[in-house]
Amino acid sequence: MRENYKIIDISYSDITDIMLNCQKQGDRLVQMHAVSIPSGAILYYSVSTGDNEFVTYKTQVSDDVVLPSISSIYPNAILYENEMKELFGVNIDCISLDYNNRLYRINVETPFKKPAKEGE
Amino acid sequence: MIMSKRSVIPFGPQHPVLPEPIHLDLVLEDEKIIEAIPSIGYVHRRLEKLIDKRDFKDYLYVIERLCGICSFMHGMGYCEAVERVFDTEIPDRAKYLRMIWCEMSRIHSHLLWLGLLADAFGFDALFMQCWRMREKVLDMFEASTGGRVIFSVNTIGGVRKDMSKDMLKGFVNEFNSMEKEIRRLTDVFLHDYSVETRLRGLGILTKEDALRFGAVGPMMRASSIAQDTRKTGYLAYNDIDFDIITSDECDGYARCFVRINEIFQSINIIRQAVEKIPDGQISVPIKGNPDGEAFVRLEQPRGEAIYYVKGNGTKFLDRVRVRTPTFTNLTSLINILPGSELADVGLQILTIDPCVSCTER
Repeated sequence: MRENYKIIDISYSDITDIMLNCQKQGDRLVQMHAVSIPSGAILYYSVSTGDNEFVTYKTQVSDDVVLPSISSIYPNAILYENEMKELFGVNIDCISLDYNNRLYRINVETPFKKPAKEGE
Repeated sequence: MIMSKRSVIPFGPQHPVLPEPIHLDLVLEDEKIIEAIPSIGYVHRRLEKLIDKRDFKDYLYVIERLCGICSFMHGMGYCEAVERVFDTEIPDRAKYLRMIWCEMSRIHSHLLWLGLLADAFGFDALFMQCWRMREKVLDMFEASTGGRVIFSVNTIGGVRKDMSKDMLKGFVNEFNSMEKEIRRLTDVFLHDYSVETRLRGLGILTKEDALRFGAVGPMMRASSIAQDTRKTGYLAYNDIDFDIITSDECDGYARCFVRINEIFQSINIIRQAVEKIPDGQISVPIKGNPDGEAFVRLEQPRGEAIYYVKGNGTKFLDRVRVRTPTFTNLTSLINILPGSELADVGLQILTIDPCVSCTER
């Protein structure tokens, strides 16, 4: 048997409201990560509900989008957001503890980011 | 009124209590901690990036090396995620074999942690006895997989090696005799006056804070939250009778209590698994390249780990992501430190059972 989970597509402008709602319901933030695509990234915000159900909210952002941090809603988002910012170049504003791209002390800038296709 | 003087003390990355590098800036008022600011990244290896250079089958040998303690579970989590992308169900016998090795990993990890805890408060005889027990589990790993640290026994589609009936019965006999010895050792942790004094009331993490800070594993269960990823029924855990171990005390003693009881629980799970393991194949062939994405959650010794893979139809995956338990437990750590004494920092760090190697994947 395998665990069933949900992946729900959302707009990036709804992230704060959705996470606030999850927090009010008592869900745990269990992980956030990014997948690099040319000129942007796909972001995944996963929560575990009170019944230990695994739900992931998935959204796509382009390089010019500035996302609000959810670290004021879920304090453990700090490390995930710093990681997405430093490794993938996702613009995240107002992280409650912002390492300014020095979380991993890597000399290469945004090493996980895929280069934009020609003409973009 | 006499004002306390504030000072900042750097703790780590090299420190006798830390087996691996992590740094904390501790803001103190006299000896009391006001704030702790963590720094990681001293040994970050960017192993997730290596997926660009290794095909999805070879990458299994990379992901096993994220950590020497949870290497079996890292390999298994990755395999389960890739198998899910392929929509392949592994044979029942392989599920049981994986489950037995998982529980053996939990036992040796918790014994390792107990040894480190004993060492941290200067109880060296207890430390050595815990690790002596752990060696016996590693011997069983060596007998069944050929390895003591890196096992390479998982493969996408099942496992590479089977265990004979005699071997499984031998393991159960060994665990039966170990159980009595481990009980004697763990009684010291739970009932010795000096040990209790050091752990009771140390690093209190309330249920609400555990949820807010995303604590996982024994850290979460010691804060009265009854969640264990094994109850989601992956592998053959649905066939096994076990209860989630929790404590309401929310302190270092509670974390110790939960881990100790999980050792005995794992022994019991192994006993049940050996009784119920079906005969049959141990792997199924996988053809083609993965296309699609999948998440897998599993319960490592330190807590819930999450594996994500995304394939694109070629032999190179687009992305592999591992969210390790310590990565999320760090937030709880920096929030239990304020209010405690400087002398207790080392012990508090140990109570989360940190694995920096996993974190610096």
